[in-house]
Amino acid sequence: MTLVLNLFSIGAICAGLVFFVAGTVGLLRFPDPLSRLHALTKADNIGLGLVVLGLLPFANGVLGGLKLMVVWVLVQLSGATVGQLIAQSMRRNGPNA
Amino acid sequence: MIVQVLDIGLVALLLTLAGWTILARFTFPAVVSYVAYGLLLSLIWVRLFAVDVALTEAAIGGGFTGVLLIAAASRLRTTTPTEQGPAAPLRWAVAVLSALATLALAIVVLLLPDPSPTLAPQAIDNIAITGLGNPVTAVLIAYRAFDTMLEKCVLVLAVVGVWSVASDRYWGGAPSAPRAVAQSGALTLFAQLLPPLGILIGIRIFWVGADEPGGAFQGGAILAAMWMIVMMASLGDAPAISKRWIRIAVVAGPIVFIGVGVLGFATAGGFLAYPAGIAKTVIIFVEIFMTLSIAAALPMLVAGPPIQAPRL
Repeated sequence: MTLVLNLFSIGAICAGLVFFVAGTVGLLRFPDPLSRLHALTKADNIGLGLVVLGLLPFANGVLGGLKLMVVWVLVQLSGATVGQLIAQSMRRNGPNA
Repeated sequence: MIVQVLDIGLVALLLTLAGWTILARFTFPAVVSYVAYGLLLSLIWVRLFAVDVALTEAAIGGGFTGVLLIAAASRLRTTTPTEQGPAAPLRWAVAVLSALATLALAIVVLLLPDPSPTLAPQAIDNIAITGLGNPVTAVLIAYRAFDTMLEKCVLVLAVVGVWSVASDRYWGGAPSAPRAVAQSGALTLFAQLLPPLGILIGIRIFWVGADEPGGAFQGGAILAAMWMIVMMASLGDAPAISKRWIRIAVVAGPIVFIGVGVLGFATAGGFLAYPAGIAKTVIIFVEIFMTLSIAAALPMLVAGPPIQAPRL
């Protein structure tokens, strides 16, 4: 059972890291600001979600697991809001503002 | 081994960001990298097992100072610079003096005896007297309460300082609330969803500070952030500085702290001494008002001096 959980965690966290690496590559390589923003928020949402999923078996009880999930939801909420604000600011003032 | 590599990587990243912050040619990139620097520094404090310091660094160093600097940077952007910054000799003098100070600090740290002198055993040995479980809170509010009290007074002085640069005709009026550049439905939703949760977390971090990492400063900073988010989303305005409640909120912490300190003469035989047995209750009582003052003072610092004429 422990082995299965360990494998599950390693798999989920590695998959999460792939999203973070992809997001970073996108941030560096994509041509325009909106695409870069898109790459960044994907890494935050799915990458962090998979990392949290992988950490759940090692969480400190049900409450610890819930706290991890709340952290993920909060990061999603703030990431999505900030992404919207940056994108709107760019639409209004141009990409260099 | 892997952990050491990660730690070295963290430090290398921190030093790179520090260098980038200094070398950045424009204000805004410098501020952004300074905020990232603060968040990275708080990770390093976690690695050093100093969770209290990490929380404070994330809330104050990264978060609050970041907001303050971004607000300052965007205010400066609308003004035209009158001169091209300081002359080269002055810049070099600053660089050399800063490098010397860094070098001196590095030498002092490297010359420390191993193990370095520490008061940690005494802090733990005497913690039972305070009734607290978190030695960091014991140091802050009991062992060196005087320092903490003065820190809170400095916060009041900072607010007074910001208010005092108001023009005469605006004195007593309201500052401009910190506003996001673009108002959007997303930000409004965020400002409606987050504060209920954030207020809960802020109060909890203050409350557990007696026994676990946390405390008045970290909790107060989170409460302050919630107020600032509400103002940024245009769901609330900054209060006029003549309002009595905001003034009372800003000075409540230091006043209660000093009051309890003076009471110490009668109850425990010295300034800022707590009566034995109920020390923890007294400490938490003081911390309630400190949290309130921090939550009121930090947004007022960000809001800046009043820029609207008072309504009579």
